Amino acid sequence: MKHIVKIMVLLVAISACWIGLLQTSIILRSHTWLLPIYFIISLGCYGLLMVGVGLMNFPTCPQEALLLHQDIDEAKEFLKRRGVDVGSD
Amino acid sequence: MVKEKKNKYSIIVPTYNERLNIALIVYLIFKHLRDVDFEIIIVDDGSPDGTQEVVKQLQQVYGEDRILLRPRAKKLGLGTAYIHGLKHVSGNFVVIMDADLSHHPKYLPSFIKKQLETGASIVTGTRYVKGGGVHGWNLMRKLTSRGANVLAQTLLWPGVSDLTGSFRLYKKSVLEDIISSVVSKGYVFQMEMIVRASRKGYHIEEVPITFVDRVFGSSKLGGSEIVEYLKGLAYLLVTT
Repeated sequence: MKHIVKIMVLLVAISACWIGLLQTSIILRSHTWLLPIYFIISLGCYGLLMVGVGLMNFPTCPQEALLLHQDIDEAKEFLKRRGVDVGSD
Repeated sequence: MVKEKKNKYSIIVPTYNERLNIALIVYLIFKHLRDVDFEIIIVDDGSPDGTQEVVKQLQQVYGEDRILLRPRAKKLGLGTAYIHGLKHVSGNFVVIMDADLSHHPKYLPSFIKKQLETGASIVTGTRYVKGGGVHGWNLMRKLTSRGANVLAQTLLWPGVSDLTGSFRLYKKSVLEDIISSVVSKGYVFQMEMIVRASRKGYHIEEVPITFVDRVFGSSKLGGSEIVEYLKGLAYLLVTT
């Protein structure tokens, strides 16, 4: 099943529940009408939260730049001795 | 008695104007894969800076059976570079990686180990988990990366944490299967590869990698890149 179909099925199921709630008045009618808006806003907030948390915990590796420099020097030395042109470009 | 299956790893490296980096990468690959049967397939798109001359020098040092130069006449794009490289692969596994040293060959053993342990069809490097990381990105760049990732995860449920990464190990047959159905270009190409693999039910594993961006200072992530990304996401949402 294509992914978009999966999402559509999910949305249809959620809509069906929402319509069901409207018909049967388990929750106050006026509240039920606002549920889709609450849902979208919560989704947006969740997304922003995920971005913020991810940004705070963004893995960095400053030591890798140094290690890379060392590797580059080692490689240049070895290759120069073997006749490979490693002059800077 | 354990039946020993001999594995050979073909590393495809597309290059364009990487005359220094390709030499460094080849040295580092040989340094970190001492007891592994592998070959490096360099697909150079007619670099004007003499990349191919350097590759020929490397062939003198390491052997033409280990370093295969399979050039093309001009810049033809990444996807077709992989397809071109695939034609010359003699291994049963294919590794794809960038030539600019943002992908460090020291992670190759961990890719191989992960695949042997799990039997995965694809092992993809991820920069976004503990043990991985990025160096050389400012706050804005990290923000766009994180925002793009959250959006892609929400829309696509891809099953991997790093969608645009291009440091990956594939079983050769799996790469051939997926690449034939991919149409995108640029980094959306990498996204489409992994999403299609996920949809087809291939077993995908991740290993943490570190990514040192030495190019970022010179290339900007502008509005057109963002639009291209959103269009790519929409395309993947509907067609996979």
